[in-house]
Amino acid sequence: MMEVVKLEQLYGREGISPGHSACQGCGAMVAVRQVLMAAEPPFIVVTPTSCLEVVTSQYPYTAWRVPWVHVAFENAAAVASGIEAASKVLERKGRGRRHRVLVIAGDGGTYDIGLQALSGALERGHSFLYVCYDNEAYMNTGIQRSAATPLSAITTTTPRGKPEPKKDIMSIVAAHNIPYAATASPHLWKDLTNKVRKAMSIEGPTFLHVLAPCPRGWRYDPQHTIKIARLAVETRIFPIYEIEYRRYRLNYVTARPRPIEEYLTTQERFAYLLKPENRHLLEEFKKTVEERWQRLLELATPTTRK
Amino acid sequence: MSSLKHVMLMTGDEAVAYAVKQSNVDFISAYPITPQTIIVERLSEYVASGQVDAAFVPVESEHSALSACIGASLCGARVFTSTSSQGLALMHEIMYVASGLRCPIVMAVANRALSAPLNIHGDHSDIMGSRDSGWVQIFCESPQEAYHYTIQAFRLAEHPEVLLPVAVNLDGFTVSHSSEPVELLHDEEVKNYLPRLPRPRLDYDNPHTFGILALPTHYFEFKLEQARALENAGEVLKEVASLYPQPSDALRKFTVEGECEHVVVVGMGGVMGTIRHVVASIGQKFYSLVSIRLFSPFPHRELAEILSDAEAVVVLDRAMSPGMASPPLASNVKSALYDLDIRKPVVSVVYGLGGREPTTSMVRRLLEKMRDDVMSGGVKSRYLYLGAGGGLA
Repeated sequence: MMEVVKLEQLYGREGISPGHSACQGCGAMVAVRQVLMAAEPPFIVVTPTSCLEVVTSQYPYTAWRVPWVHVAFENAAAVASGIEAASKVLERKGRGRRHRVLVIAGDGGTYDIGLQALSGALERGHSFLYVCYDNEAYMNTGIQRSAATPLSAITTTTPRGKPEPKKDIMSIVAAHNIPYAATASPHLWKDLTNKVRKAMSIEGPTFLHVLAPCPRGWRYDPQHTIKIARLAVETRIFPIYEIEYRRYRLNYVTARPRPIEEYLTTQERFAYLLKPENRHLLEEFKKTVEERWQRLLELATPTTRK
Repeated sequence: MSSLKHVMLMTGDEAVAYAVKQSNVDFISAYPITPQTIIVERLSEYVASGQVDAAFVPVESEHSALSACIGASLCGARVFTSTSSQGLALMHEIMYVASGLRCPIVMAVANRALSAPLNIHGDHSDIMGSRDSGWVQIFCESPQEAYHYTIQAFRLAEHPEVLLPVAVNLDGFTVSHSSEPVELLHDEEVKNYLPRLPRPRLDYDNPHTFGILALPTHYFEFKLEQARALENAGEVLKEVASLYPQPSDALRKFTVEGECEHVVVVGMGGVMGTIRHVVASIGQKFYSLVSIRLFSPFPHRELAEILSDAEAVVVLDRAMSPGMASPPLASNVKSALYDLDIRKPVVSVVYGLGGREPTTSMVRRLLEKMRDDVMSGGVKSRYLYLGAGGGLA
């Protein structure tokens, strides 16, 4: 059991400097800062092509105070595999020090184009923490739908809302039977940072799925990022849980969830869904949230022999 | 001190794997594809048995193989991978990143045709598809050369004035799977020949940012600097070759056989053995051979000077450039001549696509035709397809 620590007791090194070019209210940057403060040195960060990559590495500047590499879009987990394996060999051969490896990738680079490399790296069992900051669309290229985009959300390629529900990345990751996978939200920073510390203390692949509200893509006032993250969790739209091998544990349970409309109405991307004539879409959205919550409850309940 | 003490019967693939073993690599990542597979099979055995202290990462695609190699290379590791054909095509995106990030990765390419139609046999279409990716590109005639050039490739790649990936090309099957007695250096000689040199790396105590975004204000300069590093490889090669423990097997830009006065045949790779054999059998005086070993950076000036007395130049390409003026090697030869104001008839001959190896009689017909044309003053620049449709087309 990990002890709970105060923020100032974390490793405390700011991995990202001020002056990067992320948008005001960028949820990803808040989450990334928390991840980097909790990550135990020495580590190397791998970022695929993404918002995070372009806002932190525009030559001749860099916002990174830690070693960082970007190679391409679909291969962050493969690059991490190479770093992890090489780092171990170089330490063994007396030519370097073993570093922990941290991938910080967007949802496109994880759910879609990067899924093959991720699956390969999880299956091979490399020791690394893969953090997916999920802003639920291709924000870097101008808000196109990804597999992480929720049902009925408007993007520039789903002008009438996305017809399909969000891909269940956590189940896909968990199916690799890895030691640890968890979800987190930047408004629950203690939970998030403790999960990073826990994941990085484990040998083998670990995965952290972090919700990252995006003011531009989700169409809300930048000051509401943390509020919206909180609403996502409190409406059960984004449940907070962890999976150790295949054992589930819910980390945030409320007896009375907030109404789903409270979350949806904060963001213009759900405008189509909220039209009175699209009530059936709203019902379908609610149904998917409820069904997933019930399934998580079942998975998190210890089974007893009958 | 000469050093060749033992000889082993090896295929080209096995010779490459043995060279990689002796080069004391730290990291190998690959994905199976014919005809390079034997290279990684041998290497996985060397790693499993402790003969090489390296990580062997058998990834789920060639794209991931080269990506993993970049990660390892940026940690300071000596890195090797190998592939062929579709695998190289899948790597294409990452080849530009490897050279752009100045990673001294060595990759063996057992050259194979590209689909469609699917074909597992030899030609150079795969590597020519990545011709402009900024890698040093070496071509081998034989398993023996594949052995020596792989070792020298590491030294060339890691030279501070180069720091670029190197592709060592061996023709699928004709070189990759042909056995010959291969003379080997001692482990200690290879070790001494390949010192570990410091270079910028991923390190928490001295953090660097790799793989930056460069907008129009800076991108062009990055690419120019990278192109100059590739040009440097031509000069650095002389040093790399001069220090090689077995001077007769030092890597050269190209080799010349004959006086280059009448018909000069320019080619690269395994086919040159067939050409050499036919020339020897029909009388050497009329024909000269230029076998290119360093295709990129292309030895423009030196090659043009060699060709300046020729009556006709026959350029053998094992790849096509559909829709372009000439296939890759012929195009470079013509450019080299043009830049030195040398006007020669250049006959472009495409051969061997999809493993259709030129027979000696095919080559003999080609060479005799060239001789007849020269004698009658009738050689003009033209395009031929050797062996297509059953003969000299």
